[in-house]
Parts: sequence; structure tokens; C-alpha cells
Amino acid sequence: MYNKTVMDHFRNPRNVGVIEDADGVGEVGNPLCGDMMTIYLKIKDEHIADIKFQTFGCGSAIAVSSMITEIAKGKSLADAKQLTNKDVAKALEGLPKNKLHCSNLGADALQLAIQNYEDKRAGVTRSKPLRKEKHEHSHGEKCYCPYCDIEIQEGITFCDACQSSLEDEH
Amino acid sequence: MKVINLDHISAKPLLPEVKEVMIAAIKEDYHNPSSQHKSGEIAAEALQTAREAMAGLLNCKTAKEIVFTSGGTESVNHAIKGVALANEDKGKHIITSNIEHNAVIRSLRRLKSSGFAVTSLAVDAGGRVNPKDVAEAITKDTILVSIMHSNNETGTIQPIEEIGKITREKKVIFHSDAVDSVGVVPMDVQQLGVDLLSFAANTFYGPAGVGGLFIRRGTRIFPLLDGGVQENNKRAGAENLVGIIGTGKAAELALRDMDKRLIHLKGLKDQLLNELPTMIDEYIINTHPEYSLPNLVSISVRYIEGESVMLMLDDDDIAVSTRSACATGSLRASHVLLSLGLSHADAQGTLVISFGIDNSKEDINTFLKALKNVVTTLRDISPLYQKKADRLGS
Repeated sequence: MYNKTVMDHFRNPRNVGVIEDADGVGEVGNPLCGDMMTIYLKIKDEHIADIKFQTFGCGSAIAVSSMITEIAKGKSLADAKQLTNKDVAKALEGLPKNKLHCSNLGADALQLAIQNYEDKRAGVTRSKPLRKEKHEHSHGEKCYCPYCDIEIQEGITFCDACQSSLEDEH
Repeated sequence: MKVINLDHISAKPLLPEVKEVMIAAIKEDYHNPSSQHKSGEIAAEALQTAREAMAGLLNCKTAKEIVFTSGGTESVNHAIKGVALANEDKGKHIITSNIEHNAVIRSLRRLKSSGFAVTSLAVDAGGRVNPKDVAEAITKDTILVSIMHSNNETGTIQPIEEIGKITREKKVIFHSDAVDSVGVVPMDVQQLGVDLLSFAANTFYGPAGVGGLFIRRGTRIFPLLDGGVQENNKRAGAENLVGIIGTGKAAELALRDMDKRLIHLKGLKDQLLNELPTMIDEYIINTHPEYSLPNLVSISVRYIEGESVMLMLDDDDIAVSTRSACATGSLRASHVLLSLGLSHADAQGTLVISFGIDNSKEDINTFLKALKNVVTTLRDISPLYQKKADRLGS
């Protein structure tokens, strides 16, 4: 089901844990959709000096979390901000299509953690912590029905093949 | 590589005796049982022997009440659609439960789109249908009640005998999907009061791809497959004779060894349930403590996700099944677990441990030790477990 790279990151996840005095924390997902990911950052000279994660989720979710921490570690914030979920899937040499929506949230968690760091530095306080529960797919990225793997056209809120409503996910 | 199979609900090994008769049957090169010449008659005799063994396992009045099919799914489709179409002049209302297998759910969904009305009953916290609810749901339009014997995800057994009394009194046809029960626990169609009962051969160590349907004499039902007059005119198409011969042997052995197997399986189940609390904490048992199969335990381990557990146990050469949404094709939380009142997060951590007569106490020990390690590893990664620790600490 999963390729060797994904299984390697699942079996030996890199950078697991919590940074107690983190400069930025990002959290995505909710248990309802199956996966939750938290990313902790330590920033030094505008670079990611340390990064750790915690994940509740399937094999793919754990591999994605591990991979994003490995890619982001040591990067400048400017470069890290360019990272997308697609980059993570590519670095993992592919994920099952139906898992792209639900478990490929690593870059989202990273971006929220960076935002959290920048907010703190700018003295911005938000009434609610930044949190992302739904997947948003970037323009031009192909989207697949999480229930039957069929490609979904942008802007369509149900799957042609299985008639599932996709309003929450798409 | 020796894998410990604790996923018998997905596949059971063929018994050596079953393999033997099937190999012999292949070598025998049987002719078509419907042919009237000598070769055909020899094949028909082999078919009849298997049918009688199956009828014996279920205590049918006559072997003619057994129809062999391609498995549990076909049997369920046949029972539901066949009864609905043959009785729609009497009414178009069907009663079922919220925890049925997809074969039942989707057959009924199909019928709904052609004008049938379906009442789906809720289960109690233990996962059982209340027979009173069935009685109350029956109207003059009700033609069929379909309630499963045991649940494939939790192993919980339904009060079929009580429901059977109600359907008999109200003269409504009663089908039970007993795919995970037949050949595992004693089944007597007279005592249960069912008119139709679906079964699968692999459940009692027969071949996958063979199953059948008990159809009580006098039950109005159309065939699912139209064509020839095989299977007493109830299931067209040349029989899978090799598979059916294997099924007959498996049925014979299931009846002969039932008591011995029950003692063995019950021992493993008790061992698992008794030792689990010494290995892990914070889990939910979804299997009914009293009314359940002897060979299956469903556990929801909190704060972690089932597919991860399954994959890690697989690395330890232990096969289990998970009901986590992440591991299903649909990525949806199990309707059975949600019906029991489980939260989505808890449902995510659900493992189905199903064992067989080929498992030993040692297998259960090995599994428990491996599970302890896997749960610790995954909880260390889990933000939910961390949050819980923070809550307790503050």
C-alpha cells in the first residue's frame, strides 16, 4: 500500500516530540477527519534551528510529519514558507491518492507554526489560536475523491462516481 | 516467515482435510451435476453429500433447503432482493438494524431507489437490537426483517431467537446474515425461527468464494441469478463443485468438532481479555461481554490510530484488522462503532482481533507483548496523549 520511503519514515519517524519553549507552534486537522498534527519550531537567525512534531493518524500522516520536519530543518524562514504539501508528497515519492486530502497536512502545520512565530514577534495576539481543519488545495493541483479515488474537478462539491458529498473536504 | 494470524475474520486457513477432498475433487474431473448420464450422476451425488452435510450443520428439515452460492455477499443479496421482488404485491416495507454489513445496507439502498421503504433500528450501548423495537416497527406493509446473527466488527450476537418468535407470530419473512456465526457457534434454524440464513464457507475453514443460503421450504423468493434450474431452481449456473465439496467437508468437521473448538477459542478470548489490562490502559472493549462470538474481540485503544497499530504489528509478523477510517477504502468512520456511541477519535483506534483453531496461547502472549510496545511508541508520538498528560498535570 505504501512505498518504501513512506514506510521508512513511518517506522523510523524523524524529529518526534515537543519543544517546550517553542518559538512557534502549528496545529492542523481534527480527530473527526482522522488526523491531527502539531509542529514545534525553534528559530535562530531567521532559520529553523530545531523542529519537532506530534501526530495522531495513519501511517501516511506519520510519514508526512516526519518528512516535513526533515525538509524544513535548517531552512531559512523565507525558503520554508515556500514549502507545500505537494513537496512533501514528492519527497516521499508519492502517497496513495485517497490519502492526499486527509493525511498530507505537514506543510500546512509548518506554515501555521511559522505564522505563529511571526505573530508573536510582531506582538499580534489572536482571539483564537490559528488552526486549520480543512484541506485547501492549491490552484492547478489535482484533487481526488477521498472515498473512491476518482479525480474531482475544481469547484464541484460531489463525486460523480460515488455520489459522496464533498463540501466538507473539497 | 511465520505470521501469527489474528485476522481470521478476513481469512481463515483451509483445514488439511478440506484441502485433501478439494484436491481429490480436482483430480476426479467431475462432470456437470445437472447432466443425466452416469458421469453427471456421480457429480450430482458428490453435490448431494455436501448439501446434506451443510443441512446437518444448520439442522434443516431437508437438504433441499440449502442453496449454494458464491459466498456470503451473494447469499445476502439473494435473500433480500429475492424476497423483496417476490413479495412486493404484499407490501414494500423492510426492517433492518443500523449495524448490518454493507451487503445488507447496500442491497437495501438499491431497493429503496425502486420504491421500498426501510426502517433501520438503533442498537443499545452493548450493540444489540431490542426485539420489542422490531415488533413495534412491523406494519401491515412489512414483508421482511433482516437482522444479522453476529456482527463482523464487534462479534456481538443479536437476540435472533426472540426476533424469530415475533416474525413468526406476525407472519413476516425473517432473514439473518449469519456469515460470521455459521460453523463457529451452534446454529439451529428451527430454534432460531429464521426463514433465511446466509453463510460463508471460509468462516468454518472451507474455501473462500463459496457460501450459501438456507431457504425454509415455503418461503416466497425469486432467484438472484436467472438461467438454468440448478440448486432446486433457486440459483442458476453450473455449480462450483470443487468448492462445494470442500464446504461439505468443512461443515461436517465443524459439526463434529464444535464443542472442542468452542472450548479452545473461549480459552484464547478469556486469556486476551484477562491479560489486556496488565499490558495497556485506556481502551474500550466493543464486544458484548455475554452475547458474543468466541473468536473475536474488538478493542478501541485511545489516543492512537488503528492503521498505524496494524502496520507496526505487521512488522512484528502479527496480522490484525483495524476499523479505523484511515484504513478503509471509504476513509469513513465505521457505522457500527458510531452506533455503539463511540467518538470519532476513539473509533480511529479500533482493532479487531479474531483468532482461530490454529492459534495458540503463545500467539496471544506474543501479540499482547507486541501491542504494548506499539501502543507506547504511538502514544509517544500522539498529540492527543500529550494533551491528556498536560490536563492531568495542570
